[in-house]
Amino acid sequence: MTETAEGAATAAPKEEKRTVVRTQQVKRVYKMGEIEVHALRGVDMEIYTGEYLSIMGPSGSGKSTFFNMVGGLDKPSEGKVYIDEVDVAQLDAYELAWLRCRKIGYIFQSFNLIPVMTALENVTLPMVFAGLTSDEARDKGMVLLGKVGLGERYSHKPNELSGGQQQRVAVARALANDPAVVLADEPTANLDLATGTEIIELLREMNRDSGVTIISATHDHKMLSVSDRVVWVKDGQVERVANREDLDIEVTHVEGE
Amino acid sequence: MSEKRLAGGREIVLPMSKAVEISFRSLKIRFGRSLITTSGVILAIAFLMSVWSSNAIVGSLRDVNKSEINLLLQKNGIETGLAESGEASAEAQARMLEEESKQTWLISLSLLVCVVGIANAMLMSVTERFREIGTMKCLGALDSFIVKLFLLESTFQGFAGTTAGIIIGFALTFLLALLDYGGYVLDYFPLNNIAESAGYALVVGTSLSLIGAMLPAYRAAKMEPVEAMRSDT
Ligand SMILES: Nc1ncnc2c1ncn2[C@@H]1O[C@H](COP(=O)(O)OP(=O)(O)OP(=O)(O)O)[C@@H](O)[C@H]1O
Ligand SMILES: [Mg+2]
Repeated sequence: MTETAEGAATAAPKEEKRTVVRTQQVKRVYKMGEIEVHALRGVDMEIYTGEYLSIMGPSGSGKSTFFNMVGGLDKPSEGKVYIDEVDVAQLDAYELAWLRCRKIGYIFQSFNLIPVMTALENVTLPMVFAGLTSDEARDKGMVLLGKVGLGERYSHKPNELSGGQQQRVAVARALANDPAVVLADEPTANLDLATGTEIIELLREMNRDSGVTIISATHDHKMLSVSDRVVWVKDGQVERVANREDLDIEVTHVEGE
Repeated sequence: MSEKRLAGGREIVLPMSKAVEISFRSLKIRFGRSLITTSGVILAIAFLMSVWSSNAIVGSLRDVNKSEINLLLQKNGIETGLAESGEASAEAQARMLEEESKQTWLISLSLLVCVVGIANAMLMSVTERFREIGTMKCLGALDSFIVKLFLLESTFQGFAGTTAGIIIGFALTFLLALLDYGGYVLDYFPLNNIAESAGYALVVGTSLSLIGAMLPAYRAAKMEPVEAMRSDT
């Protein structure tokens, strides 16, 4: 499974793409008293296993709202979201927890580590929810922390780590249960330029190594160069989708200017 | 391979030990605050225990019915020899009943205040930790796990506070009784009665903490995980 995923990530043969997330005319309306806010106005998207997808768009364009749908945190007002061909709206609370635990990894803008837990405990928490024994969880957690370059820091609490290090722990935590999809909502927004780039490169590395699908929302143009595909959203609609090949041209074009 | 199996996902086993560990840790890290919350429990239970042990000690001394002890008791304003005297006893009995109901009223009031205090403190704790709770739910925590977390936290707190309250309440009463009745207290120490009271007080204090945490725990469990995703704050 890893092999095919890796193949898809590196060679990206268009024919063999396997869809991991599919949305059909997803709409989301927030009702605030009399006013209706149309955060999403019918989004059709197909996201393939093993790809690194960036979602770009101005503030308020609906990126976070879309992430909440895909992550099973919120339900569309209209339309369908399928994860591994399962309709998320059909899941009960128990199955949703299962989905969040096993299928989805979250990376937050503000890291969201549990402050009372060490780095290792933060990484192993999703494994505990998944039912691993403490020994299994610890071993796996140490491997993951090693991968994100924090093997030595496993016993540190979040407030003893820098922002970049905290986000690394969060990356390790997101990968804890070998999810199908990692959702990263502006993972670099609270980091300085260099640290942000490191996190992006780390995500890309994880994507190549384990074939995990990464969906990342960003304002950050650094993200473009590592993405397999970039989706631009505006006013709750997909404005444009660009593949890697087209992107290269654009990036050089921009740099040339 | 995993496609259609999602909906029938296998049980997520949530070891109690982890919940115990997390809630214990949360308490330790917020020690100052939990100490304040706990002080309410300590005071209420100390009061309860003091009333109970005082009743037990006095009752035991009265049952001895020795003239020198009766004298001491009367000096402290306690009726003695109720069994014998006829007419006067009716009045005394009434007075004792009134005294008792006043005590009950005071105890209930202090316990009620204690529960409200616990509920309030736990609600604050929930609000403070909305991000933590949301994150845990994003990571796959079930509502029941969150409920467990907060109930356990409050129960630990309650247990510790109750134990302290029992010791304090008893110790104070015992010292006062020693001053009033001297060695007789030791001679006729109602060990069984006091132990029983301590047991009851422990149950009362701990269950009150549990009850006080119920609504906050429920609120925490119902919190939407989207909260954790929200970027600001
Ligand atoms: N809980 C909510 N209640 C009401 N309106 C909301 C809520 N969440 C989002 N919205 C609205 O939906 C729209 C899309 O918001 P969303 O957070 O998805 O944007 P975004 O693309 O993530 O923006 P940013 O880049 O600033 O994070 C906005 O107009 C926002 O005001
Ligand atoms: Mg957003």
